[in-house]
Amino acid sequence: MTYETVISLRNIKTHFGEHCVHQNLNLDIHRSEVLALIGGSGTGKTTLLREMILLEYPQQGSIRVFDREILGMAEHQVRWLRERCGVMFQNGALFSSLTVLENVMIPLHEHSQLSEKTMREIAMLKIRLAGLERTAAYKYPAQLSGGMIKRAALARALALDPEILFLDEPSAGLDPIGAGALDQLILEIKRLLGLTIVLVTHDLDSLWTVTDRVAVLAEKKVVAVDSMQVLSGSQHPWIRQYLHGIRGIRFNEG
Amino acid sequence: MIFSNEHKTQHAQLKFNAQRTRLFCRGDWTLNGSKHLDRCLTKTIRHCPENCILDASQIQRMDTAGAWLLFQLQKQLQKKQPQCTLTGLKPAHSALLKLVHSKTPGQTSNNVPHQAPGLLENIGRQVWRKSLATIDFISFIGETTNSIFHSMLQPARIRWQAIWVTLAQAGVNALPIVGLMSFLIGIVLAYQGGTQLAQYGANIFIVDLVGITLLRELAPMLTAIMIAGRTGSAFTAQIGTMKINDEVDALRTMGIAPMELLVLPKLLALMIAMPLLCVFADITGVLGGMLIASLTLDVSFFEFLDRFQHAIALRHFIIGIGKAPIFAAIIVLIACYQGFRVQGGADSVGKQVTVSVVQSIFLVIVIDALFSILFNWAGI
Ligand SMILES: Nc1ncnc2c1ncn2[C@@H]1O[C@H](COP(=O)(O)OP(=O)(O)O)[C@@H](O)[C@H]1O
Ligand SMILES: [Mg+2]
Repeated sequence: MTYETVISLRNIKTHFGEHCVHQNLNLDIHRSEVLALIGGSGTGKTTLLREMILLEYPQQGSIRVFDREILGMAEHQVRWLRERCGVMFQNGALFSSLTVLENVMIPLHEHSQLSEKTMREIAMLKIRLAGLERTAAYKYPAQLSGGMIKRAALARALALDPEILFLDEPSAGLDPIGAGALDQLILEIKRLLGLTIVLVTHDLDSLWTVTDRVAVLAEKKVVAVDSMQVLSGSQHPWIRQYLHGIRGIRFNEG
Repeated sequence: MIFSNEHKTQHAQLKFNAQRTRLFCRGDWTLNGSKHLDRCLTKTIRHCPENCILDASQIQRMDTAGAWLLFQLQKQLQKKQPQCTLTGLKPAHSALLKLVHSKTPGQTSNNVPHQAPGLLENIGRQVWRKSLATIDFISFIGETTNSIFHSMLQPARIRWQAIWVTLAQAGVNALPIVGLMSFLIGIVLAYQGGTQLAQYGANIFIVDLVGITLLRELAPMLTAIMIAGRTGSAFTAQIGTMKINDEVDALRTMGIAPMELLVLPKLLALMIAMPLLCVFADITGVLGGMLIASLTLDVSFFEFLDRFQHAIALRHFIIGIGKAPIFAAIIVLIACYQGFRVQGGADSVGKQVTVSVVQSIFLVIVIDALFSILFNWAGI
């Protein structure tokens, strides 16, 4: 089977001062897949995600999105990228002074010229798509529970109908039921909208249920990219420990 | 959803065929392509003839925004003429349309969450809120006083570390700006007063003018205003941010009274720092006045200081310095109180900081005026 590559990272090298985070890192992300980044704390998963959306720049290497080099892009071209990428930050990053509806409308205001009423309705559609009730749209982030904040952030990330969705630890801080519901939501959105989804997660349940492939960050590079089935047979020591440690064991029994 | 690199957006359009029996949807029904469509949707619906077929076969691209518009179009056409049908939709687009349909609630109960209150209700609410806030503030002062007594009973629990830090930040670090401000005020006073005095040949009285105004009124008040803006705002922001991050609650769970750690050291430190800052402001202010007096009024430094000793009674200095700790207490209490009132998110911090600075400056001026009246009445 051949795949269309949506994002391709080549020879990425990132360091903060003396501290080297990525060295000769390569990764290809395919069209309409759900790819998870896993790795120990501080291995630079978030940093890699931020580099793909130009919030941070690697010292060396090339990042191509839809076959365009994005490093060194001019300002008006960056806008092109921003319209195609939806981002959900780890803690939601909702604007606390705005209601959920207003939060979702911000990207619409910025990138479309629809009438106010239409924007409001489209924003409402995204909020419902993210699994929130209509009444939640008029609440402020401080009035929402953790799970609702994630959903609101997801609604905002979906506002522009992005082609790629980036999620940083979507299920962190949620109870297992909430996390499971969010996994189902991600799957549903992927199925309905055919998005490419890149997510960072530590949640083994999520890894098994939502991902098509998993990229393992260790030793400053991507040491393996494959489906969970294949990875669970891997001999790499860190992967073995990660998947077959005490917390992973039940998957092998089940 | 079809992505392509250099795809030029073709605006979404609605076109009738020549016989006006079919309404063709064309172009990109996407967020970017739909701006004209959004505007002409209602007009097209109004002019749509009977038995018209909605033909979607020429839609090139579609996203959820476009699907929502198509859904609206279809719904409203069908409201007008129930036999209207939609044909030619590509399978991918039809899935999107179905999605939009499933996520749109049956009746769009329009969304004014509640009615805007009337004038009378507004006044009532404001009065009620302000009264509650006042009671709250008074009880905050009570709590602080209570915890001062507690600390005096157990001096070991006084947070010297925090006091030192505040002394350095709010006191020592404020010296340059307070000194400079007072120096400039001294210059302004001497210039303005000097021109008037020179008309009567009463140049030497510049000493009385600069000395009494500065020592008694301006130095303490301006220092207080500067500290309210500089330190009071920082106190509110610090406590407010801690409140948002649940740090205040964390302190409580560890058995540390927030009052003891966050308010008392600030209060003590600023009540010590303010009089000292005030003395410094007195000195630099008088220096400024002296400089101008010698430059423009022929009053030499020696003459100036000589008269200063005789003309300026000690009580002016004492009164000025005496007001400083009171101003300090006002600033700290308001700043901390407003900090604890922060709730919700980042914008609340900004709001409370503004309130804190405005209130403390206002109250400082009010108290200063009260002192003036009081001292005048007592004849000091
Ligand atoms: N802005 C920064 N300045 C300095 N070091 C940073 C910065 N951002 C991240 N790092 C470092 O880079 C490493 C990777 O961070 P991060 O991508 O957040 O890891 P992960 O998300 O995998 O836990 C960490 O060691 C972190 O200390
Ligand atoms: Mg991270």
